Amino acid sequence: MGQVNAQMETIPAPQNSDTFIQGVKDCIPTLLGYLSIGFAAGVVEKTAGLSIAEIVLLSFILYAGSAQFIAAGMIAVNSSAMAIIITVFFVNLRHILLSAALSPYFRHLSPLKNMLIGTLLTDETFGVAINKAAEKKAISERWMQGLNLTAWINWVVANIAGAYFGNWISNPEKFGLNYALPAMFIGLLVLSMISRRKIVLDIIVGVLAIVIAVGVSMMFSSSLGVILATIFASTIGMVIEKWK
Amino acid sequence: MEVRWGILIIIIGTALVTFLPRVLPLMVLSRFELPEWGTRWLSFVPISVMAALVGQEIFMNDGELSLSFRNLDLIAAIPTFLVAVKTRSLLATVLCGIISMMLLRFFF
Repeated sequence: MGQVNAQMETIPAPQNSDTFIQGVKDCIPTLLGYLSIGFAAGVVEKTAGLSIAEIVLLSFILYAGSAQFIAAGMIAVNSSAMAIIITVFFVNLRHILLSAALSPYFRHLSPLKNMLIGTLLTDETFGVAINKAAEKKAISERWMQGLNLTAWINWVVANIAGAYFGNWISNPEKFGLNYALPAMFIGLLVLSMISRRKIVLDIIVGVLAIVIAVGVSMMFSSSLGVILATIFASTIGMVIEKWK
Repeated sequence: MEVRWGILIIIIGTALVTFLPRVLPLMVLSRFELPEWGTRWLSFVPISVMAALVGQEIFMNDGELSLSFRNLDLIAAIPTFLVAVKTRSLLATVLCGIISMMLLRFFF
């Protein structure tokens, strides 16, 4: 289930409580990690030329770490809106897996309530929720809302703090802050491989994706590189796994 | 408090394409199930996307392949990768990446 184990080791044992407040408390162990990434995202967004108001809207409405870094990077080099939207679509397609994996625990809720829960779904909240689910057949709606809202507010606050900090420093490169994004990708890649126990196949797929992405980027564009790499490498992974 | 139209379109567009994969499975999967090949294909998507993004970030510089020791992004990836494998913590990995890059910029 991919990068979801990111914060697993720091999550306390779930308690016999399904309240909103308990959801807030269960979110706390993940706050520091995403505070730092949100802060770095805010700095990078600011130095990419976004205004504070735009950063607030971006982190409130898009609310997705890697996508915000990518959007900021592509805005900085004047990519077209369509290229940015397509790239973000592929980067965030992995949420299908998270959402699908949580769906059995929310069958008692209406589609509308499921929509509200899914809107704020992230890698971190998924990690906490699936851990909670390990003990139960269903997850309470209030608990999930407490978890989701806490993570959301934390993210927006971190972005705004980073944006104000970005006003002071003219070049985040000097402090290595622009490397938060590649580092996060490396972390998510490693975590998603480690949690699956299909290491040889995963390495084949990963290397293939890198080669396609780099090759296509050199010839055409970097967003097309990500899209083609994702489609081809995932298909080949699926086919190899099917053969064995 | 200025919000440019072009940026607003990007925010709304990216939010919409993020919203759909977040909510649709939760809303629909209590009725349907994905075919087996579909789940299998999706299970490779996180790795493919992340590997592609990492590849572009660390092996390329201004649209060109860059495999030299002057490519600091590539050098910084080594300790970052090792820390990710060792700690399995996103926070430690990101901090290691930032600090490695800061030190590299300081010395080179």
